[in-house]
Amino acid sequence: MWDYIKLIALGLAAALAAYAASQARDLPYMVNMIEAMLAAVIAFIWILRTMGDPKPSKNEYCDGVIRAGVIATTFWGVVGFLVAVIIAFQLAFPQLNLEFGNGMLNFGRLRPLHTSAVIFAFGGNALIASAFYVVQRTSAARLFGGNSLGWFVFWGWQLIIVMAASSYLLGGSQGREYAEMNWHIDLWITVVWVAYLLAFLGTIFKRKEPHIYVANWFYLSFIVTIAMLHLVNNLAIPVSIFGSKSVQVMSGVQDAMTQWWYGHNAVGFFLTAGFLGMMYYFVPKQAERPVYSYKLSIVHFWALIFLYIWAGPHHLHYTALPDWASTLGMVMSVILWMPSWGGMINGLMTLSGAWDKLRTDPVIRMMVVSIGFYGMSTFEGPMMSIKAVNSLSHYTDWTIGHVHSGALGWNGMITFGMLYFLTPRLWGRSGLYSLKLVSWHFWLATIGIVLYASSMWVTGIMEGLMWREVDAQGFLVNAFADTVAAKMPMYVVRGCGGVLYLTGGIIMAYNLWATVAKQPKTAEASVAVPAE
Amino acid sequence: MSKKPTKKEIQTTGHSWDGIEELNTPLPRWWLWTFYACIVWGVAYSIAMPAWPIFASGATPGLLGSSTRADVDKEIAKFAEMNKAIEEKLVATELTEISSDPELVTYVNNAGGAVFRTWCAQCHGSGAGGNKGFPSLIDSDWLHGGTIDQIYLDVQHGIRDPLDPDTNAAAQMPAHLDDELLEPAQIDEVVQYVRQISGQDADAELATAGAEVFAEWCVSCHGEDAKGMQEMGAPNLTDAIWLYGGDVDTLTTTIRHGRAGVMPSWSYGTTEGTSRLSEVQIRAVSAYVHSLGGGE
Repeated sequence: MWDYIKLIALGLAAALAAYAASQARDLPYMVNMIEAMLAAVIAFIWILRTMGDPKPSKNEYCDGVIRAGVIATTFWGVVGFLVAVIIAFQLAFPQLNLEFGNGMLNFGRLRPLHTSAVIFAFGGNALIASAFYVVQRTSAARLFGGNSLGWFVFWGWQLIIVMAASSYLLGGSQGREYAEMNWHIDLWITVVWVAYLLAFLGTIFKRKEPHIYVANWFYLSFIVTIAMLHLVNNLAIPVSIFGSKSVQVMSGVQDAMTQWWYGHNAVGFFLTAGFLGMMYYFVPKQAERPVYSYKLSIVHFWALIFLYIWAGPHHLHYTALPDWASTLGMVMSVILWMPSWGGMINGLMTLSGAWDKLRTDPVIRMMVVSIGFYGMSTFEGPMMSIKAVNSLSHYTDWTIGHVHSGALGWNGMITFGMLYFLTPRLWGRSGLYSLKLVSWHFWLATIGIVLYASSMWVTGIMEGLMWREVDAQGFLVNAFADTVAAKMPMYVVRGCGGVLYLTGGIIMAYNLWATVAKQPKTAEASVAVPAE
Repeated sequence: MSKKPTKKEIQTTGHSWDGIEELNTPLPRWWLWTFYACIVWGVAYSIAMPAWPIFASGATPGLLGSSTRADVDKEIAKFAEMNKAIEEKLVATELTEISSDPELVTYVNNAGGAVFRTWCAQCHGSGAGGNKGFPSLIDSDWLHGGTIDQIYLDVQHGIRDPLDPDTNAAAQMPAHLDDELLEPAQIDEVVQYVRQISGQDADAELATAGAEVFAEWCVSCHGEDAKGMQEMGAPNLTDAIWLYGGDVDTLTTTIRHGRAGVMPSWSYGTTEGTSRLSEVQIRAVSAYVHSLGGGE
């Protein structure tokens, strides 16, 4: 019965998407609708062919979708890093904006492709997969909604990624940083996100443990807040329901403030709270040590989620934003310093008594470096939010370096640790294929980040100083083009850092594949839910 | 530190999730006190600075009365006051006399340089070396004249700027093919002739035929000797300096489809009485460009 309803819904969705594609006013919209139609048709065929198959046991964790998530995270990670290296070298060598790409391969189109690929495709898949794993394990309950809901979230998310990526390449963008997706994709994100919230929250509701584990607080706060941010930031009225263009509801400085309220909290909740959830499960697991301080986790959790949401205005210091908003944004950012560090302390101190593992276990080493970069960028962030510092750092590459020490160091490394932890367990393998390759990955990634961050510090501070340099009579000394020319060598260094990081990612992909393909099977991949 | 319980005293909370336990370690003191200090500082700072919005009536101004806008105004006013005398002097001085006054030379170097790097560098390059279609300003090859008065006039009103009635309406290079003035074969001939007189490799036979075409069609602007005419804005064709390029393809394109480069007028404003650049800025940048090396 349920299957028939699904078939009817999918059939209707495919027909509507096909009609929308036929009426499309612009190319990105048409391509997106064709993609949606294909997705609906494939899902339709798949449901039709598996109708009547025996249902999987309800006593097992839903791990199939997590296995898919691990693969997707690895795949999109490598794609995102590759695009990153390309655009890094495009900045150093503009002739790499290849003419035969007819605009599609220009920096302007590839840049949102890179940011969306690493944040939403790599980071998003890592968060969805790890949240499903962690919430089931720590609640001792099967995923709410079972495989159907889990797979809907997974494939729905992949569809978002494909639609967004193809839209960017064809020039479809609403021009909001980290939210470039046009309105029709935004609507689909909302549907998938609500399904994700439902699966996560439902599992917590049916948990067998009396308390909710700290990792789940962070995951839940991330899912709820991202829903709110997404809805408000994307308030827009479509020009036509058959076209990708829309008009933002807010305008002027209110619009800018909304954009950065979203932008900063995409960092605060997507890339911080969500990944802290990941850390709170995988670090104690890998270290086999209890979490350092329960009290600290409560205090820093509530302080972090209360404060983060106010910090956005520091992105708009010295603009049309009123001084009072600027002050509040700065104050909240500085107070945020200790709550952020609470997570670092809890992560690092969880290793007390297990520090020797740093010598023998490269996965732990990865997690520790990740927490180290988390601590560093959550100190650097509040510092850069101080108006006096910001007047130098704003608009410079220092900001880019700051973001990447967080993204490559914290988000990347903790995700790699999570992937190395999960792969043998999800596929029932005796262990990773090669710890030596993990070591290689560790060093390549770490050196890559150091090259990236230090070169951007140098160029950032240099260009900040060059921009503000005035002579005795108050006139600017440097032309903008002079600063661009001066940065060129550091851009090459940054690109090389990216190559190292990408190489590490490829080594990881091979190692994970080999773990599944070449390691002996020691256990069944399916894991039973504990009875009580 | 002495009060800190030793590891053995710290118990777990008794919870366990998938094998993960939690210790009941108290909050690290240094962490807590730093957190408190940040909060105290935050409250104090938000009292000192404009911070708390009040419904419908702006926000608390802060005890220090700080305002970023006022700060900028103050800084601008400081330099405006400082430069007032020299700027008045610049406006009162004959353009040709600027270079003999060391004080004015310093000023036009700073102020004119800044104007140049902000408004002119996009086309002429930040070192004024020019780009294809935009002449170099550091050599002595001038399209429209390199005296300071001429430079001043061209900065003021631009070249062929349709918005400014006083613009330098220099002649345009006609589109000899599009306007059916010359046959493609004739254009090929004159191209070879131009290459010959500019000292490049040329087909001698075609060039000889091209000389006749040149004499009929080109001399009125480029002159009998092909050395150009500044009042027409017509470049010298006998040297190695090219605005668009001296290779066969570019020359053919130029002659076939014509050229009419535009430089914007910098005194023209979108409303009556306004000006993109002030008189002081126009004078300063003119003197700066004149001083770059090629000034006549």
